[in-house]
Amino acid sequence: MVIYGVFIVSKSGGLIYNYDHNIPRIETEKTFGFPLDLKLQYENKKVVVVFGQRDGIQVGHVLLSVNGSPVTGRTTEDGKDVFEFIESKENFPMSLRFGRVRATTNEKIVLASMFYPLFALASQLSPVPKCSGIETLTADTFKLSCFQTLTGVKFILVTEPSMQGSDVVLKRIYELYTDYALKNPFYSLEMPIRCELFDTSLHTLLELVEKSGTANL
Amino acid sequence: MSRQTSRLDSKKVNSELLTLTYGALVSQMLKEIENPEDVNKQLERIGYNMGVRLIEDFLARTSSNRCLEMRETADKIQQAFRLYLNMQPTVTSWSSAGDEFSLVWDQCPISEWVEMPNNGLKYCALIPGAIRGALQMVQLDVQCWFVQDQLRGDSVTELRVKFIKRLEDAVPAGED
Repeated sequence: MVIYGVFIVSKSGGLIYNYDHNIPRIETEKTFGFPLDLKLQYENKKVVVVFGQRDGIQVGHVLLSVNGSPVTGRTTEDGKDVFEFIESKENFPMSLRFGRVRATTNEKIVLASMFYPLFALASQLSPVPKCSGIETLTADTFKLSCFQTLTGVKFILVTEPSMQGSDVVLKRIYELYTDYALKNPFYSLEMPIRCELFDTSLHTLLELVEKSGTANL
Repeated sequence: MSRQTSRLDSKKVNSELLTLTYGALVSQMLKEIENPEDVNKQLERIGYNMGVRLIEDFLARTSSNRCLEMRETADKIQQAFRLYLNMQPTVTSWSSAGDEFSLVWDQCPISEWVEMPNNGLKYCALIPGAIRGALQMVQLDVQCWFVQDQLRGDSVTELRVKFIKRLEDAVPAGED
């Protein structure tokens, strides 16, 4: 069983904890000749492949480095503009590395606050009163399980789609949260959780679940 | 399920440790704050802050459902007393509207060995604070006060809990 990550969203909809557990790194490096047969575009401060999927490089992948020099924004480490660089013939052949980037903390905060109204919407759309909101959300590549406590804190677990027993894991994470975050006198409610004991016990739990499943929780 | 109980048991401590720590806290506060009335307020506030955190622990351990009725709430409070203080208060004196009840006990671990100075201090003021804080987190606004107190010469200690309102705007989505 693979667990991709854990999120905790506070009562007011803010992300108070996130942890990437096991996200496969997809990276491809390839040497290109002139002219480049990929269409690149600059979006969201990243150089993204928009067309021309080949050799493991997929649409949506981000340019990570040019000739081994890492790319930040649209410039390489030595200050060259990526687009100018790939347009001049004398720079070829060049080796480009593409991959999927992880969401940044800011993006995660945005995603968490987007999930919050979605959850509320689901409970209002319900044809029957007293609906719980989203408990699981399944896609072809992952399953999101959500558990909301009576006090309004949401625990979200992102796993592979075949994961069983997410609810038990979420319950255990709730117990860890009550023990290691709330009983820490230096933790203030509704604030991001920065408790080392919580981190370590959560990691142990997730590893245990991945190794031996949820049967002996 | 067996694991769950063992997890609970492993954290048991001698009640005397709690009694003495609480006693030290109260006497220290009395030294630092002149007015016993202010000590009562501070204890209530400390209790409130404990309650808002403790409720999560209670819910995680007991897997309780939301209470939609005061009698259920009374049961849960009774259960919490058993869980955290190992005492079994009786629930009595229901008001006819069913929104007010009393918790009565004749022995409480935190007030053991205490002889009260006669200065208006409410020694156990932490408890009503904790109840108020905990219930507020599950969207119940209550008022909580002592009617009788053994430490002041009554035969039992009686804590009155009164339902004020449900905090509708704080109810999480999917519950309202």
